[in-house]
Amino acid sequence: MSKQFALSVDRIKCDGRGLCAELLPELIRLDDWGYPILAPGPVPEHLIPLAQRAVEDCPVLAIALRRTQLKK
Amino acid sequence: MTGLLGTPDAMTPLPRVGSEIIDAIERSRLVGRGGAGFPVATKWRAVAQRSHGDAVIVVNGAEGEPQSKKDRVLMSERPHLVLDGAFIAARALRARHVILYIGERHDAARSAMLRALSARPEPERGRVTASSAPARYVAGAEAAAVHFLNEGIATPTNVPPYPFERGVGGAPTLVQNVETLAHVALLARTGHTPQTALVTLAGAVKRPGVLEVEPHTTIGDAVQRGGGATEAPRAILVGGYFGSWVEPEQAWNLELNPDSLRRNGLGLGCGVIGLLPASRCPVCETAGIMRYLAGESSAQCGPCFFGLRALADACTRVAERGSNPEDLKRLQRWAIDVRGRGACRHPDGAVMFLSSSLQVFGQEFASHRSHHVSRTA
Ligand SMILES: Cc1cc2nc3c(=O)[nH]c(=O)nc-3n(C[C@H](O)[C@H](O)[C@H](O)COP(=O)(O)O)c2cc1C
Ligand code: SF4
Ligand code: SF4
Repeated sequence: MSKQFALSVDRIKCDGRGLCAELLPELIRLDDWGYPILAPGPVPEHLIPLAQRAVEDCPVLAIALRRTQLKK
Repeated sequence: MTGLLGTPDAMTPLPRVGSEIIDAIERSRLVGRGGAGFPVATKWRAVAQRSHGDAVIVVNGAEGEPQSKKDRVLMSERPHLVLDGAFIAARALRARHVILYIGERHDAARSAMLRALSARPEPERGRVTASSAPARYVAGAEAAAVHFLNEGIATPTNVPPYPFERGVGGAPTLVQNVETLAHVALLARTGHTPQTALVTLAGAVKRPGVLEVEPHTTIGDAVQRGGGATEAPRAILVGGYFGSWVEPEQAWNLELNPDSLRRNGLGLGCGVIGLLPASRCPVCETAGIMRYLAGESSAQCGPCFFGLRALADACTRVAERGSNPEDLKRLQRWAIDVRGRGACRHPDGAVMFLSSSLQVFGQEFASHRSHHVSRTA
């Protein structure tokens, strides 16, 4: 099976300035208070570089891109 | 059959138990009674696997739910039974420390637990310390309890690491509700759990308070045991503030056990069965509870802090100024947006409650006329 990656947000760290949604509108939209809502499911392969950027550019390092866990 | 309440509380020697008690718990299909309904055996295995004689047992008697009284009644009436459950957990999971985490306002319960503890022999007694849970709704959440015991701050933290991985003092930790532990104690003594549940009758019932109910007891039976309703109820809240409203006709026949409630898309939650009298406005009631839950957010996560506040404000606008399509649409949309977006399940519980309000009281929300909000909670 090929590698799959998923985004997650640390809800306590995130301060909702929404940079991530600007970088990756395909997968991240903002709620009415400016906090990110992530599209469910794995990150499509062609968006992985952008997702990586969102991780690096988040000012409070609240986003992670992790290999998805295999279901038990 | 002996149950949790109505039997004299006595200290008798602890039954011998080892890890096989976990298999017995699994066969009994016991689920947690603190609200989440999680299988107990799964949690015990997770701690047992990681314990090197260093595990910690947190006896959760925070009981932060405003209308719930069952944990307090149990701690006051059967403190030895709760302690038995905690010591059995300590043996089975090879724990070195047991912490009683009891709501700071639950004085009678704390005194009863400490009195019972002082009658206990060593080495058990020496393993126990007592701690007061702050009187906030989220203080009873598992990760908040661990945070408080480690750093004195009763707010939830991110998981993972879960308490069973890294809890109090970094050790694998079991956080278990007092009623759950009492069921385990009976199981270890008698070979079976009574399969009963403690519920708190609240609202428009003649004798509000705590009952122990058999698995086939319906909500209608339980209300009868509480002397009946004081007036026809408009709806019944099953499971407390993280629970759901149910139409009375449907509620009367629901059996108060986790399996049958789950089949109906409900849960026992913290065991509160609240009767909303037909004379009370359901919109105002919902607005009051939403304001309470918004105020109890630990204000760490944006979607919970801002989202619950916005939802409570929108409910209050409908309650105070009357229905308007914009707010009704917002309520529906935000209830979906907020779900699953906090470090703990506080926002999820709140929007689950709200969604049941919007469904059961759809008519009232759509046609509400302005009047002033009566305070609840
Ligand atoms: C906001 C919040 C508040 C909670 N408050 C309590 C509480 O007061 N008492 C309790 O036993 N569990 C409470 N819980 C559930 C605990 O997180 C945990 O699931 C429980 O103590 C585990 O024990 P159990 O499996 O025996 O129910 C709360 C959960 C949340 C999300
Ligand atoms: S960039 Fe980081 S802090 Fe800003 S909204 Fe996205 S996750 Fe939150
Ligand atoms: S979800 Fe809400 S209650 Fe839970 S930790 Fe975040 S802010 Fe606090």
